[in-house]
Amino acid sequence: MSRPDTLMWLSAHEFRLGWRDWLSMMTAGRRKRARTVAIALIVFAAFMHLLAWSMVARYAEAGVMPDKATLVIVTGTILLSWSLLLSQAMESVTRAFYARSDLDLILTSPVSPRKVFSVRIARIAGSVALIAVFLASPFINVLVWLGGAHWFAAYGVVAAMGALATALAVAITIALFRTIGAKRTRLVAQFLAAVIGAAFVIGLQVVAILNYGNLSRFAALQSDWLMAHAPDAGSVLYWPARAVLGDPAALTAVAAASLALLVASIAIFAGNFGDHVIAAAGISNGMVRQRRWQLGFRRRSAARTLRQKEWTLLRRDPWLMSQSLMQILYLLPPALLLWKSFQGGTSAIIVLVPVVVMAAGQLGGGLAWLSISGEDAPDLVATAPITARRILWAKIEAVMSAIAMVFAPFLAALAFASEWSALAAAAGVLLAAASATMVQLCFRTQARRSQFRRRQTSSRIATFAEAFSSIAWAGAAALAAAGTWFALAPAIIALAILAGVKWISPPNHA
Amino acid sequence: MANPLNRPVALALRQLTKRFDRPAVDALDLAVYGGEFYALVGPNGAGKTTTLRMVVGLLKPDAGTICIEGIDALADPVAAKQITAWLSDEPMIYDKLTPFEYLEFVAGLWRIEAGEAEARARDLLGWLGLEPHANERCEGFSKGMRQKVALAGALLHDPKLIILDEPLTGLDAGTARQVKNVLRERVRAGGTVIMTTHILEVAERMADRIGIIANGRLIAEGTLDELRKQTGAAASSLEDTFLTLVAEQVAAE
Repeated sequence: MSRPDTLMWLSAHEFRLGWRDWLSMMTAGRRKRARTVAIALIVFAAFMHLLAWSMVARYAEAGVMPDKATLVIVTGTILLSWSLLLSQAMESVTRAFYARSDLDLILTSPVSPRKVFSVRIARIAGSVALIAVFLASPFINVLVWLGGAHWFAAYGVVAAMGALATALAVAITIALFRTIGAKRTRLVAQFLAAVIGAAFVIGLQVVAILNYGNLSRFAALQSDWLMAHAPDAGSVLYWPARAVLGDPAALTAVAAASLALLVASIAIFAGNFGDHVIAAAGISNGMVRQRRWQLGFRRRSAARTLRQKEWTLLRRDPWLMSQSLMQILYLLPPALLLWKSFQGGTSAIIVLVPVVVMAAGQLGGGLAWLSISGEDAPDLVATAPITARRILWAKIEAVMSAIAMVFAPFLAALAFASEWSALAAAAGVLLAAASATMVQLCFRTQARRSQFRRRQTSSRIATFAEAFSSIAWAGAAALAAAGTWFALAPAIIALAILAGVKWISPPNHA
Repeated sequence: MANPLNRPVALALRQLTKRFDRPAVDALDLAVYGGEFYALVGPNGAGKTTTLRMVVGLLKPDAGTICIEGIDALADPVAAKQITAWLSDEPMIYDKLTPFEYLEFVAGLWRIEAGEAEARARDLLGWLGLEPHANERCEGFSKGMRQKVALAGALLHDPKLIILDEPLTGLDAGTARQVKNVLRERVRAGGTVIMTTHILEVAERMADRIGIIANGRLIAEGTLDELRKQTGAAASSLEDTFLTLVAEQVAAE
């Protein structure tokens, strides 16, 4: 064991916390699940390797030449992944500022805050890089297996991207703190993280829609316009791409530059990270709303009171809003495709139907968890003179009306282009959201709203059931929009999933 | 069960039983009378909180009956809840609501007429010193302030029976006194208060009767003098009496 108060000692402490946190998240706090989780991870890794093999095997076997077209595509893919890493890093850094956990202990100890936060920033970089490596590893492994050991260089690039994303995330968040203050930073940083995470993907899709009338991101990266305007193959901008393809000099440069930027950001910002953490802890959360006080109480039924409470809590939670925003942002490209199709009168709008239905299922699942499981005052609601059934119905109504509010404008626009498609999409939205709500109802567990990020860990079955039922309803809606009776097949699958959920869910909840 | 105050029974528990891995509440018989301040004391894990959570409908008993002001709480929980209030040691309130909005929410749940609820809410907020914070979100509140908000919520519907689980834990002296004053006031106005506490001085000073519970059973009950008589030490404090009675119970088992 290293000497206390050293960087090594603090790193070991952070590593231990990080490992236990991860393990607890994966096993939902039940140690007996560790073996099951290990088996599930192995199965998942095997599946991902198969998937990666089907996607990249032909490129690896044919060999990849570092010509301009290849470099543009690889650079675009790196930027796409990096924007997601940056989003993840920004969320982690923001959480490090505002989550109290052990900070009270640390900041009142005689350990130098610079040391503590240097290690903490490094931990964020490590975890961001680790997630990226985990997700990229099946693709890299297949490339190494079929294309040669030079593809191992891609691991270095992925890790470097994690370091660079963290360095930039720290700089952006600190800049926000200094310019707009601790109170607004939380909201702005979380929205920014959501937008950054989605922006590049959406941007590419928008370009593809405008130019090629489809949702493929690669259509934009392979376009003649981009080829004509992209820098020549010798440009320094392609170094990360060259590094991925196994150029040792480029890899060294990319890794060194990323590491240098991370070290610089730690050296510059770790010293006053603690000051910002203290500022974040000292913000007044109270927002005076004198008008509300003057307006007085409104006459409402118990059900309406519950619905209103759910909407108010959702509206006032910037973090939850940013999570929801991410899902709604992904509706923008389909919306654009809809607009284009409407103008051009093509039948491509059928592509939109499953996208909308999937989004409704995802959003419905999240809102249902918040409303049904994420009740912060369970005793109050349970001791109120209302039947449990009525409470649940009020919460379900809150979820379904929120879904209706989000999707109604989109469905109305769709109806202008194709009434039948709009009808199929509306039915799909309703069924996907209702199914996700039912899954949450069957597997409900009492939790704090702040545990939203970990909602998937409480029941893996619920997570998969929610996702697969949404996919099945999306398929059914798309086939129905195309006017085929085959729509019944995925609909039956969705119903079978729900029946299975009902059958295996805990008896008190079913 | 004897009725020492000759008042109607506010809460009657008969053979109330709840088992987890072991019996948490074991065929408990208990009667609390209207206008009475009843303190339920006992060692950790004695079954105090489990008993009260069954009374307010947060746990289902395995056996037994619960009667609140003549209403069978298991057969008609909604009617029983309408006249009952529950306050736990860890006040669970909504961080993103203001105290004013929280009370409006409570009023909606208990279906209190808006005008009446608002007037009562303003009174309670003033009484508990929360008026300056009425429009601030609860997320920045101290534990004492949160407990006061929860207490205001518990009193908003003018309950006949108030049940509190360790309501003074973690409160500063000023806040604790305020809470005690509010509870005394409720008892003076004819309400019934049942409170669990580990602070025996509070039970000694405030309660009309004290029930001592151990291993899910009521091992002694009565006024402080009656409890002293049971131990045979006339001048002892409640703490001495409590420790003697619990030790006797443990020895007997």
